[in-house]
Amino acid sequence: MRENIIKVWKSVLVFLIIFLIWEVSVRVFEIPEWFLPGPVQIFREAVLSFPVYADHIVPTVILSLIGLAIGTFIGVMTAIFLYRIPKLKEIVYPLLIVSQNIPTIVLAPLLVIWFGFGMLPKLIVITLVCFFPITISLLNGFLQTDQELKHYMLMAGASSRQIFWKLEWPSALPSLFSGLKIAATYSVLGAVISEWLGAKRGIGVFMTLSSSAFQTDRVFISIFIIVFVSLLLFFVIQLLEHLVIHWQHIEDGKPNE
Amino acid sequence: MSKLEVRQIHLSFGNIHVLNGISFTVHDGEFVSLLGPSGSGKSTLFSIIGGIRRPDRGSIWLNGKNITGKTGLISYTPQTPSLMPWRTIIDNVLLGQEIQGYRDEKAALAMIDRAGLKGYENSYPHELSGGMKQRVAFIRSLLSPQSIICLDEPFSALDELTRMDMQNWLLSIWSEHQISVLFVTHNIEEALFLSDRILVLSEKPARITAEFHVPFPRPRKEMLYLTDEFIHIKREIYHVLRGQLVKHS
Repeated sequence: MRENIIKVWKSVLVFLIIFLIWEVSVRVFEIPEWFLPGPVQIFREAVLSFPVYADHIVPTVILSLIGLAIGTFIGVMTAIFLYRIPKLKEIVYPLLIVSQNIPTIVLAPLLVIWFGFGMLPKLIVITLVCFFPITISLLNGFLQTDQELKHYMLMAGASSRQIFWKLEWPSALPSLFSGLKIAATYSVLGAVISEWLGAKRGIGVFMTLSSSAFQTDRVFISIFIIVFVSLLLFFVIQLLEHLVIHWQHIEDGKPNE
Repeated sequence: MSKLEVRQIHLSFGNIHVLNGISFTVHDGEFVSLLGPSGSGKSTLFSIIGGIRRPDRGSIWLNGKNITGKTGLISYTPQTPSLMPWRTIIDNVLLGQEIQGYRDEKAALAMIDRAGLKGYENSYPHELSGGMKQRVAFIRSLLSPQSIICLDEPFSALDELTRMDMQNWLLSIWSEHQISVLFVTHNIEEALFLSDRILVLSEKPARITAEFHVPFPRPRKEMLYLTDEFIHIKREIYHVLRGQLVKHS
């Protein structure tokens, strides 16, 4: 616990130093505000314009959460199907990999053409970026099942369903959570990108409005909000992980024998 | 009543002949050890007895019924304790019963108590030492509904002192339950100390080359290790094992 506090303080210190250098450089080199505002200016603007962007935060958070939920559900289902039906995996797995080489930004305009400017295309974008890390890590977790335990269960007469729910699913949970952490960060990113394409409110909207008005300080505020929301989601999932995978606490994250 | 019969088991993996006509019987309440060099196909034989691998030829019989290729009739304890890290000790020992569709927590608690693990019911496996984990794995087998237990080198990963404690403990538990045990080991002393009968396996392709009836009365004490008779039989078995190794090289 004490080590953790020291670690956190070290990171905070690094950030403070970076901000300090940033502020001093902006002042010494007299960089124009529209080009690069200093942290003090950004902070001042963040306080002053709070009523302006406050309305934009909640829609993005809600969008990310719904997208993450759908993405997680689809990701988990895909992993289960692919694992339980190896023939399916042979066919679908390469397709999955290829699909991930299509950047989301390229797909987004297409989705707008097909589905308009409502919730649906946005949720599809987020789902697309979220499900992949979850499917891959969960699949990996399934494949790392302890073979000797599987042997034991088979000989004891366990059905494949029992083996799945009593052995393979719980042993893949740590992997599922590593996938979830990545997906959570992606979901916020996906939400912002999808908002760029067209939305009434949201951090993505606030960001495009600010950037087209050369209000660079507000663009920075958007970035900080995105980072903050992503981090918050990440920690919520880490907390969940701690509650669900209670058997690994003392092992300190090391896999059990 | 439980009587296991292994009849003329043959198995090859491609060109490698692994099991060459293995036949033996484990009678009701008998403790039989299979003694053989590493890599003699002992674990493969277990997977055939357990029904998860089919032999090329031969059959497995339990109480007069052909059970070749049938699972769920043998209780198996693997080489490593193989406990589920996410289950508490009590949930781990009940796994065998759960697979068959019931849970007898009272019996489980009594058995955990009897094994000297009282107070650990709700602990997780990583909180236990190697010997304790092995005990848990063994309780899991005992609590399973099957009346014959197959133990695959269960003490090979333990240090000498723990191993001796575990052997004593195993014998005391076994004498109370009188279940049939098929025990695989590569340790002559362990086989002698524990068993009623020892079957010596050859190297690949494995077959049974010798059978020893162990004459020592029960209950057995550790002092047995130092008696002349013990050392005499040990020497005899050693020569059989050694002899077949020399022949092959």
